[in-house]
Amino acid sequence: MIDKFVRSAAEALEGVQSGATVLIGGFGQVGTPNALIEALSELDLRDLTVVCNNAGTGTHGLARVMAEGRVRKIICSYPRSAGSVVLEELYREGRIELEIVPQGTLAERLRAAGAGLAAFYTPTGVGTALAEGKEVREFDGRAYVLERALRGDVALIEAWAADRWGNLTYRRAGRNFNPVMAMAADLTVAQTQHVADLGGLDPEAIVTPGVFVDRVVHIPYGDPVLGTPLY
Amino acid sequence: MDAAVEPKPRTRAEMAARVAADIPEGWVVNLGIGIPTLVSDHVPPEREVIFHSENGVIGVGPAPPEDARDPWLINAGKHYVTLRTGGAFVHHADSFALIRGGRLDLCVLGAFEVSERGDLANWSTGANERAPAVGGAMDLAVGAKRLWVVMEHTTKDGRPRLVRRCSFPLTALGVVRRVYTNLAVLDVTPRGFVVREMIPGLTLEALQARTDAPLSLAS
Repeated sequence: MIDKFVRSAAEALEGVQSGATVLIGGFGQVGTPNALIEALSELDLRDLTVVCNNAGTGTHGLARVMAEGRVRKIICSYPRSAGSVVLEELYREGRIELEIVPQGTLAERLRAAGAGLAAFYTPTGVGTALAEGKEVREFDGRAYVLERALRGDVALIEAWAADRWGNLTYRRAGRNFNPVMAMAADLTVAQTQHVADLGGLDPEAIVTPGVFVDRVVHIPYGDPVLGTPLY
Repeated sequence: MDAAVEPKPRTRAEMAARVAADIPEGWVVNLGIGIPTLVSDHVPPEREVIFHSENGVIGVGPAPPEDARDPWLINAGKHYVTLRTGGAFVHHADSFALIRGGRLDLCVLGAFEVSERGDLANWSTGANERAPAVGGAMDLAVGAKRLWVVMEHTTKDGRPRLVRRCSFPLTALGVVRRVYTNLAVLDVTPRGFVVREMIPGLTLEALQARTDAPLSLAS
């Protein structure tokens, strides 16, 4: 019998090692796998590369992982927010490497990795500082930048409902980066609000099929609490 | 005798309303942060315009009353929104496929500067004291069928934002089609900025004095 459920967030992260590239889903507070991030901060790891659209707020969650010196590099599109004090301080002191990627390029680099592609050409960023040092090539009269696929050793994602095969659904804007990251890592770990029986999820409505998911942990925390708006 | 009309710059709401007046039914539209976000308030609900938010919301509706917020439904600015009947959710790669794939009829963004060739600078002032952040601006700028900018005509200290060449880091090259400011509406054309309309009482000379790039009047 296939059963991908584990009993705790700590168990879900077993085997994650120093130096790993960790993909973390979510956009703002919505669809963010907070329990898995907290469990990550408990592990004695170093030199992590974290891929996440935002870079943590306050002093908990991802901000705590960074504050404890576990993160060597952040790859994200929008690290700035009213509460992004930890990232700002580490950045100012030169203690964290920051790779800024246009949001759509970030999503597509992850998608490409999940789809087994090495790289792709995008019109985004042509002629800007974010394309410096990258190959630019013209197709049909338009310039494109070569961007490399971005694969994770582990992906931490949040789902709305999951069954024991790891089939996942998401809730509203909580979908965001989660399905793309689920496909782009060697070890994909999901925390889910609800547990469905096998067959209990409408096959037409499953967004991430369980073949992309390795472990699931049931974390029924309720609704996300919105922090200060980022702009 | 004619009384001279004292030029009264448009407010943020009036600028947003002016942009909204030019958006026809049926368009798919992405609105940036700031004044652009206000545009949807000025599109009457019976005119069906599909607003897209890059975090995967297609068919964004008006902001909900405080007691009816859905904690799972936010826009790109992390503000609570609603979903119109007919709306849908997609993941991030599909959301940006929609953007780069040419499905947006229009994107309205704010800007620090727009050049006479339509270059856009709106993501960074180049100052190094804070971590840089780009979000979806570069994808939106190159992906939408039309890019309109809405912004104050000058900075707070009077420096022109409509320039020959951008001094801030670029978001995209040659993408801006039209600019709505608190003083005028201008098209970006092969011969530079062309003034389509000005607020009552403003002369072309007075507008030019607040603009770095040369202006001409629409014929």
